[in-house]
Amino acid sequence: MKKKTTIAKARQTGPAKTPEAGKPAAKANGKTPAPVKPPEAATEADRMAAKQREISVSEFFLKNRHLLGFDNPKKALLTTIKEAVDNSLDACEEAKILPEILIEVKQLQEDRFSVVVEDNGPGVVRDQIPKIFGKLLYGSKFHAMKQSRGQQGIGISAAGMYGQLTTGTSTRITSRISPKKPAHYFEIQIDTNRNVPTILKDEEVEWARAHGTRVEIELEAKYQKGRHSVEDYVRQTVIANPHVTLTYLGPDGAKEEYPAAARQLPVAPREIKPHPHGVELGILMKMLKSSTSHKIKAFLSRDFSRVSGRVAAEILRTAGIAETARPKAIAHAEADKLYRAINATKLMKPPTDCLSPIGEDALLRGIKQNVEADFYTAVTRPPAVYRGNPFQIEVALAYGGKLPAEELADLMRFANRVPLLYQQSACAITRSVIQANWKNYAVDQSRGALPSGPLMIAVHMASVWVPFTSESKEAIASYPEIVYEVKLALQECGRRLDAFIRRGRREAEARRKKDYIRSYLPHIGMGLREILHFNDKEEKKILDLLTNVLEKSRK
Amino acid sequence: MDKNTEKMIRQTAERLRGEILKKKVPSMDFPLRSLDNVLYDKKRGYFEIGEKVKERTLSVNTVKTFAQTVRLMALSHEIVRKDDMATKREAYYVSKNWGEARFLEQPESDAIMDDIEAHFRVNRERLGFIPEEKGGEVAGKLVVIDKDPDSGKPLRIDCTKFGSGAYSIPIACEELEFETKASFILAIETAGMFQRLVKHNYYTTANCVLVSMGGVPTRACRRFIRRLADSKKVPVYAFVDGDPYGMTNIYRTLKVGSGNNAHLNRFFCVPQASYLGVTPQDIIDYKLQDATHPLQEVDVKRARDALKNDPFIKTHKPWREAIEQMLQMGVRVEQQAFAKHGLNHVIEKYLPAKLKHPEKFLP
Repeated sequence: MKKKTTIAKARQTGPAKTPEAGKPAAKANGKTPAPVKPPEAATEADRMAAKQREISVSEFFLKNRHLLGFDNPKKALLTTIKEAVDNSLDACEEAKILPEILIEVKQLQEDRFSVVVEDNGPGVVRDQIPKIFGKLLYGSKFHAMKQSRGQQGIGISAAGMYGQLTTGTSTRITSRISPKKPAHYFEIQIDTNRNVPTILKDEEVEWARAHGTRVEIELEAKYQKGRHSVEDYVRQTVIANPHVTLTYLGPDGAKEEYPAAARQLPVAPREIKPHPHGVELGILMKMLKSSTSHKIKAFLSRDFSRVSGRVAAEILRTAGIAETARPKAIAHAEADKLYRAINATKLMKPPTDCLSPIGEDALLRGIKQNVEADFYTAVTRPPAVYRGNPFQIEVALAYGGKLPAEELADLMRFANRVPLLYQQSACAITRSVIQANWKNYAVDQSRGALPSGPLMIAVHMASVWVPFTSESKEAIASYPEIVYEVKLALQECGRRLDAFIRRGRREAEARRKKDYIRSYLPHIGMGLREILHFNDKEEKKILDLLTNVLEKSRK
Repeated sequence: MDKNTEKMIRQTAERLRGEILKKKVPSMDFPLRSLDNVLYDKKRGYFEIGEKVKERTLSVNTVKTFAQTVRLMALSHEIVRKDDMATKREAYYVSKNWGEARFLEQPESDAIMDDIEAHFRVNRERLGFIPEEKGGEVAGKLVVIDKDPDSGKPLRIDCTKFGSGAYSIPIACEELEFETKASFILAIETAGMFQRLVKHNYYTTANCVLVSMGGVPTRACRRFIRRLADSKKVPVYAFVDGDPYGMTNIYRTLKVGSGNNAHLNRFFCVPQASYLGVTPQDIIDYKLQDATHPLQEVDVKRARDALKNDPFIKTHKPWREAIEQMLQMGVRVEQQAFAKHGLNHVIEKYLPAKLKHPEKFLP
């Protein structure tokens, strides 16, 4: 496994940092005991400063585990697996290896489980292993816009820390980068105060794999089948990643194997520069500060997409800023003017060839292999843009077969090939599915509800930046452009489904009619025979002619 | 028994076979049997079936009825050939042997039987099917000449010789002959009134023939009265309840036939009949106001419907006026209401008074 994020310790974590003189007084409000002695402000500030200390990322995580998807034991199990699998898939794809992944969940005690995720990826070099698995890292994606599974860069280390906090055990890693090199085995814990790895074991071991990584984490968890289950996650992951070969060993001894439905890696997504219209003021200021350009005009055309020299000049003219101003020297007021000027300027839409959708064929193969149905269809929409971010919507639909006929449709949501299991009702995808009028497509739907019937709907959003409604990455925000695109894709699938259902109904009706006709026609022959006294042969001839005439007429 | 019927059925069957062998979709046509396909002509005096025809072409939707029609035709053919007969109920039970094509309820087989009758423009008796309904009863100055079933010799039935009982009209009355010197035939709605008149020998007093219809007269009853009235030139007067049912159903059917079987009415109606009473005006003339009942919702509906849709009522102004008068009075009156003035008031006062002016009877 390989972490694609850069280390940026505690930058966003908040209140830590060394106290600056002058500020603490304000900060201390409410914390200090009631009767405050006014005399020497400095003394008081000193006293308070002494109380303030750095809060480690790990500590912060401990208190805010819900933000990262560890709010309950059931979800913790899923999040741990998900983090490990996301890393494995990203690593394999970057190394151009068709991923083969093993997921194993073992039950140790009633509320204690062990999770193993093993891949055939490129492996991790020895020195990197402790840092990747034993240190909480932050990702920064403002400058590098690229479609990937993880956007925030909280990696497997968060899962490892959760395990360590709930069971006191270490994260166990085996990794090998080449058949010519030995495999390394590590047992690692996180020093939660300092956010650095503690290595408990570091040895060379025999390992059958030529290259790959295996990580094992013990954690307090709850295993449950049904909605939001590991099985659900595994099945959905396979559907959205048809190039993956996956084996899942459940705690009850069940073994599920999913051979790859596609033998080709997806096209690697391209990294693009941010589009000016998708950038917020805060980010703009950060970009200004960290820019290596000496002149603001160069900054604009170099660090953004779709800003030519001419356009940059136009923006600066509107903002009233000199083209030669130093980016680092742009003050807050000027940044605000610049921000307004950017949004007032007409710009080309961002490039959209940077996305890597699953594709209609692969998506179809994925659902056909995992859902037993009578009808399948998939639509990949052309790329579109919301707030300067390119995105692309795909919908796959399965109908009939073994899908439960009496229930609401089974809706699967994916963002950059990752299944979204929680917060269905808050998601733009769900909203779009409900808004699409399924009755037009011969499918039942109650007001304000998902359609019902033997129906499975999978919706995938690929984007350089998926707008989640919260940190826990469970629901997509309802930008009108996104809802619109999802609806268009659903409607296209719906029309195809409608044609299928109606054809099926027509055929059933025709069969019914045929049976009906055949049960009454002989009586006409019999009746005529009784009156006219003809022989068997003629009766048969009459019946054949009648059958022909009537079935042809189809009236 | 009836070579003609046999031949008609065979011809239709042959035509169907021919169409099938020519790879055509076979079809049969039936006159539409409903009031809007009924014509009424004062001169002819009975309901006639109109031009409207429903075509039953073999199709998925008609295959069941089509098959049942052919099979019922075959049954009729066999019955007629063997000089047998079947009641409507029996015919229904015969179909139980037809597997999928069997009738589930008797109204289904009755409807198809009506279709076949209409198709051949004959009455069902000639198809070998007979109704179970009773024909009505007769008492009075009439000798019916029937045949002895064993010897075939004429059998004279004197309708004054039944004491307190009566002669029962047979289902088939085509072969009967009559002797009578009666001056009119009185067709009575209720058996109760008929009994009273018989008991008091009214037919002798008034020199008439009494017929109890027992509600809407059956085909046999209508045919009997018609043949008697035609052959002996005797006028027919109806004496029924003064309500919409008595006027627009019982009397109308007696006089011009039923809407449903308009193709048969030529024989099953009594165009020379007229309406003696009870009329709405009688309520006033005979002071029966306190012996009436208010019209029920169904009565009003029936009356309004007749004014609007019944070709017979629409043709005759006196009838329109009578029904409108009744609607306006909002009451109905029964034959028995005259008992208010004494049990035999009807015999002693009402009928003699009315019979003095037959020209005033409703048409």
